[in-house]
Amino acid sequence: MVEKVTTINVSKLREDFPVLKRLVNGKPLIYFDNAATSQKPESVIETTDRYYREYNANIHRGIHKLAEEATLAHEEAREKIAKFIHAKHTEEIIFTRNATEAINLVAYSWGRANVGKGDKIVLTIMEHHSNTVPWQLLAQEKGATVEYVKIDNDGMLRLEEVHEIIDEKTKIVCVTQASNVLGTINPVKEIGKVAHRYGAMFLVDAAQSVPHMRVDVRDIDCDFFAFSGHKMLGPTGIGVLHGKSEHLRRMPPFLGGGEMIREVHTTGSLWKDIPYKYEAGTPNIVGAIGLGAAVDYLSKIGMENVYEHEREIAKYAIGRMSEVKDLTLYGPRDIAQRVGVLSFNLGDIHAHDLASILDEDGIAIRSGHHCAQPLMEFLNVPAMSRASFYIYNTREEVDVFINALEKARKLFAR
Amino acid sequence: MSSEIYKDIILDYYRNPRNFGDLPEPDVRAKDSNPLCGDIIEMQLKIKDGRVDDIRFKGKGCAISQASASMLTEAVKGKTLDEIKAMGKPYVLELLGIDPGPTRIKCALLGLKVLKLSVYGYLGQAVTEEVKQLV
Repeated sequence: MVEKVTTINVSKLREDFPVLKRLVNGKPLIYFDNAATSQKPESVIETTDRYYREYNANIHRGIHKLAEEATLAHEEAREKIAKFIHAKHTEEIIFTRNATEAINLVAYSWGRANVGKGDKIVLTIMEHHSNTVPWQLLAQEKGATVEYVKIDNDGMLRLEEVHEIIDEKTKIVCVTQASNVLGTINPVKEIGKVAHRYGAMFLVDAAQSVPHMRVDVRDIDCDFFAFSGHKMLGPTGIGVLHGKSEHLRRMPPFLGGGEMIREVHTTGSLWKDIPYKYEAGTPNIVGAIGLGAAVDYLSKIGMENVYEHEREIAKYAIGRMSEVKDLTLYGPRDIAQRVGVLSFNLGDIHAHDLASILDEDGIAIRSGHHCAQPLMEFLNVPAMSRASFYIYNTREEVDVFINALEKARKLFAR
Repeated sequence: MSSEIYKDIILDYYRNPRNFGDLPEPDVRAKDSNPLCGDIIEMQLKIKDGRVDDIRFKGKGCAISQASASMLTEAVKGKTLDEIKAMGKPYVLELLGIDPGPTRIKCALLGLKVLKLSVYGYLGQAVTEEVKQLV
């Protein structure tokens, strides 16, 4: 049956991504490792290239023309990102290196000022290490406890546990909007309401959601929201923390240094207002500008279309994978509950062996613990393979992938 | 890299590992893992007159790591501890008969690392940097 799957013209869109023309081991590259990092369109590559060629300068304090242009481009990128996630104020967008640094900023700045002995930090069992380890460090230092909301057999959060675990002692609740292993989309808005009912802060790890679906931080009503640029067509080394301005104004600085101060005296210093208070040192100027170009590219396609396309590809892939003998797929069966991240195991073939065999056919997948060891432990699975999709992936690529899985199965069945 | 690395012999050792299990009373045992993929290998050795008298391994992980560990246990029976200390990457590659490529070489070397950890442990000697850096 042929059905209209997307409003995206994928074959035309693929021409925007130079790397997709590449051969790997003599085969056309099939890039299914998008949850790790996405490929970059020509517009992002050109934008970053043009910064270095035409107006490379340090920002904010320069009086000359180049500094003015660079500052303008950097701050324009901030505005684009604010609009993209529907932030109330542009100054609520803080540039970081990545989602990891954004979460660490909150754990160090807000966490060390507000979490004490006996307090509780609530996470979920499906968090990436970046949304687990900063909180464990904070809890160790302050004598606080960390508790984890578990998942059911379908890879969905146990919402009854959300209500059981969050209590008066809870200072912050930190939840991923979309799991990088199970693909599960979590009901963050609902979880945030529970957190706020108990006076706790609510942080959303949006590293796997912002690249793939429309997000609205005001609708979610989260206090903090963290994501990375490189997973959404942008350069590496640039990420974003969105925080409600009333929190950001009150919190102490994270890193100290240039760019973040108003006055420095031998007796002490005064900070700049937000967002600059949290952006010490020369920032990743080209990264921010490149991320702005990535946001332009995604906005032009429309995030609803991005989401629909990936959902269709994921739906098709789940259908085809269910035909493969001995294949175990993890995460929700209901396509409406997940993003295009499919983790699986094939018989007793180790994930690393499978990735090696698929690489021979030019197929890039990820294998291992996916920086989510607590989840792997909970599921009692040492390693998984993961195929994750983006706007440029096609059904034809899924077909090649399925053939390669069959090949691997036969190879190991000898 | 290609699936040529999954030669019949490697898959055979993966499916039917030789010297798999426990020794009744080992003189020394050592265990290590590859943080990249979580592969685990444990080795248990009986030492007699400065030579490997008997050896077993246990583990979990990919075909390359388990097969190379199993092949190694067969190859080192009767070898002196000094001979084992002198073994390096080329020795393992020759046993395997393939080059697993730069991203998978650590899988292949985990068994050798654990074997060497056992030997250094038995001798009560500090493990060299070279051994630590095998995986």
